[in-house]
Amino acid sequence: MIGFDTSLIEWSRAQFALTAMFHWLFVPLTLGITFLIAIMETLYVRTGNPEWKRITKFWMTIFGINFAIGVATGIILEFEFGTNWSNYSWFVGDIFGAPLAVEGIMAFFMESTFIAIMFFGWNKVSKGFHLTSTWLTAIGANLSALWILVANAWMQNPVGMQFNPDTARNEMVSFWEVLFSPTAINKFLHTVTSSYMLAAIVVIGISSWFLMKKRDILFAKRSIVVASAFGLLFAVITITTGDSSAREMAKVQPVKFAAMENHYHGQAFAPLVAFGAMTPDADTAKKQNFIFKFEIPSMLSYMAFASPSAYVPGIYDFTYGNQEHGIPSFTERMEKGKLAIQSLASYKEAQKNGNDSLAQATLSVFRDNYQHFGYGYANAPEDFIPPVKLTFYSFRIMVFLGGFFLLLFIYFFWMGIKNKLEGKRWLYITAIFSIPLVYLTSQAGWIVAEVGRQPWVIQDLMPTMAAVSKIEASSVQITFWLFAITFTALLIAELKIMFGQIRKGPQNEGGH
Amino acid sequence: MTLETLQQYWWIVVSLLAAILVFLMFVQGGQTLLYTVGKTEIERKLIVNALGRKWEFTFTTLVTFGGAFFASFPLFYSTSFGGAYWVWMAILFAFVIQAVSYEYRTKPNNFLGQKTYEMFLLLNGLLGTVLIGTAVGTFFTGSAFSVDKTNLLNLTGGSNAISAWEGPAHGLEAVLNFTNVALGLAVFFLSRVLGSLYFINNIEHNEIMKRANKQLLINSVAFLVFFLYFLVVVLLKDGFAVDPTTGVVSLEPYKYMNNFLAMPLVLVLFLAGVVLVLAGIGITWLKDSRKGIWYAGLGTVLAVWMLFLNAGFNNTAYYPALDTSLTAGSAEWTAFMQSSLTIRNSSSSHYTLTAMSYVSLLVPFVLAYIWYAWKAINNKRIDEKELQDEHHSY
Repeated sequence: MIGFDTSLIEWSRAQFALTAMFHWLFVPLTLGITFLIAIMETLYVRTGNPEWKRITKFWMTIFGINFAIGVATGIILEFEFGTNWSNYSWFVGDIFGAPLAVEGIMAFFMESTFIAIMFFGWNKVSKGFHLTSTWLTAIGANLSALWILVANAWMQNPVGMQFNPDTARNEMVSFWEVLFSPTAINKFLHTVTSSYMLAAIVVIGISSWFLMKKRDILFAKRSIVVASAFGLLFAVITITTGDSSAREMAKVQPVKFAAMENHYHGQAFAPLVAFGAMTPDADTAKKQNFIFKFEIPSMLSYMAFASPSAYVPGIYDFTYGNQEHGIPSFTERMEKGKLAIQSLASYKEAQKNGNDSLAQATLSVFRDNYQHFGYGYANAPEDFIPPVKLTFYSFRIMVFLGGFFLLLFIYFFWMGIKNKLEGKRWLYITAIFSIPLVYLTSQAGWIVAEVGRQPWVIQDLMPTMAAVSKIEASSVQITFWLFAITFTALLIAELKIMFGQIRKGPQNEGGH
Repeated sequence: MTLETLQQYWWIVVSLLAAILVFLMFVQGGQTLLYTVGKTEIERKLIVNALGRKWEFTFTTLVTFGGAFFASFPLFYSTSFGGAYWVWMAILFAFVIQAVSYEYRTKPNNFLGQKTYEMFLLLNGLLGTVLIGTAVGTFFTGSAFSVDKTNLLNLTGGSNAISAWEGPAHGLEAVLNFTNVALGLAVFFLSRVLGSLYFINNIEHNEIMKRANKQLLINSVAFLVFFLYFLVVVLLKDGFAVDPTTGVVSLEPYKYMNNFLAMPLVLVLFLAGVVLVLAGIGITWLKDSRKGIWYAGLGTVLAVWMLFLNAGFNNTAYYPALDTSLTAGSAEWTAFMQSSLTIRNSSSSHYTLTAMSYVSLLVPFVLAYIWYAWKAINNKRIDEKELQDEHHSY
């Protein structure tokens, strides 16, 4: 906006990105490893074999170290919606607050109660009770993911609500529509199953280190078999839901979809760029600008609309409009958005003055244009083009590495059940290096989801510039650095402790 | 149910969560006693491990309180968190550093060193309690903020934020008002009272018992001084009344005292809460009972709960807007006050409150399994031997 402090938006976005990305370094491992631990403990309870207990306890230690910092980085995120995005909190708080509350009541208490039994209950409760607690911890962790992902999906595809002109906010009209929106289902399944893949890679990578060091061989081999089977199973679901997520995105967030594909000019039989490199100025030039690319013919049309001949609109079609395909330009939508905002203001004024007929007339103009509401806040149509390069590359990192991990699971699982895991140094090294790569993949996935939807906080209804709190950019700058320094220090501590515990290895007696 | 009933129901629920949070801040109070009650390494280990099994409940309650407040009164979330930025950031920061400290404190290669993590626990105990108490103090004394929803429709430039906070301190100015600080200190000393009672109940160790008993007495006196000061000031001051028909906010003499008198049940339960806190302290000090935490805990929950009901019910603005730089009684001063938040003007819609009410039916079930789980692992007091045998200790 004219005269608006854009650095406030940039710093607020930077702080949210920083804290969310830090948090997401720890959450996916928690989501997956708790189930792996539960499976391992089940094997212990079923077989009575103490080796399984030793294995369970080792991975529990790794989980505990990771969990603590996940909690530390998580609390800030919930409150940041209020501290940094106060307008957002009002505009959609009626819908968005509910999943956060349910998350607390339903999931966090379950997780924090049963985690205590999981860690402190070995000598205090029965085997069955302990095992149940371990499973409930895993379920609790995943339930909390469900609610926050429902909330995130709702921002990408706002459904089940209606704008109330009298309160000047959106209000929920269907809880079930919010919960079961296709975007929410895809997002939940894709996010948690990919987190299971991450946990499986971490377990396989660490176990491979033990095999390389020729230590705790049985522990490592068993861990690998369980983790690779688990990873393989969920990799299949990750791929399927990734595919349906892309299709859903093409429908509800077509600009994000086009940005993800660096697709500027709409076309039928649109090819998919499997990989390619863009010129450094591609984003500023707002052009496709590939240095080189490798294409698969018609694949993008198929990916988006399950038909090779389908027309896939590009970024220019949205920016400048495409009459033939009935796509309004951003400029048109900006005009309609401004009309919506102004007519709501007139409605409020008319209501205050007791002019009912004017109020009704302005309200109907408002309703006709509400779907463009958020566009009214911008100055230029280009404001609605997300950063293309980052989205494009992140998507490819996610897909290629995801595919690589699938192959790794298949190979490890096969070698594991054939008992041929020993003496394969190159395989161990690959698995160990896969650990940082899987974290990169997981972060890349969120970059596609969140950078690709810029500038929207709520798709089509509220851009970041209208959502931000009224505080000084310098205040946000200070808290940004405060969190950057603190979280980095805590991350270093976490990694050092983690490496120490791994070097120590699984313990026969005591040792956590 | 009508919207009004649902708003009241949710104010009761949110107030209860706040009350449970204050009770559970025995963890924070206990943390500030780490070096006072624990003189040797083993004593401190016992203290940290006794608290370490409970810290997550406090933390989770804080997060749930935030979520429930957001869902039921989103305008508060938007106005207070977005405006009083620094005070909330300081509180959150105090909780960020707590979450890792238990798990990392004694782990090898912990980078920052054991002392740093212990400092984190002390900071969390001090800032968490004092600042939360101070922030709640503003529920009775007011803060300088304004709410104007038409800002959202401003296309002429400038911020679209519907609420604005006066002054650069963004919430930290609350510490300049001694009534707020008195409540902050009351919460701080109460948490230390509860922390001492928890040690007495939970740890089997003679020296810790002796020192906790001494701390109990010192902190009880301090708590009573600040709590009574706050209470007297609040009961005698003008309060923020809302006209139920017009919604106009104005100052009313003895408003909070009148609220208690208008709601005798709230008054009785509040007094019962105070008596129970005193009883918990009394039976521990006079009769060497180790069950004081239960009386004082229940008393804390009741008293805090009723204090919140006093702030929000009987046509009262629970989050008052007041600009003390304006001349009292002037037109601007009165207009400024109209931004005050009430349970009526800040709540979610009928639909959302109803949907959330169904979810709230889970709460008794949640409390039941927490109780069951606590009993299962807390059937005996923590002692040195247990720590030696324990696989997972802090």
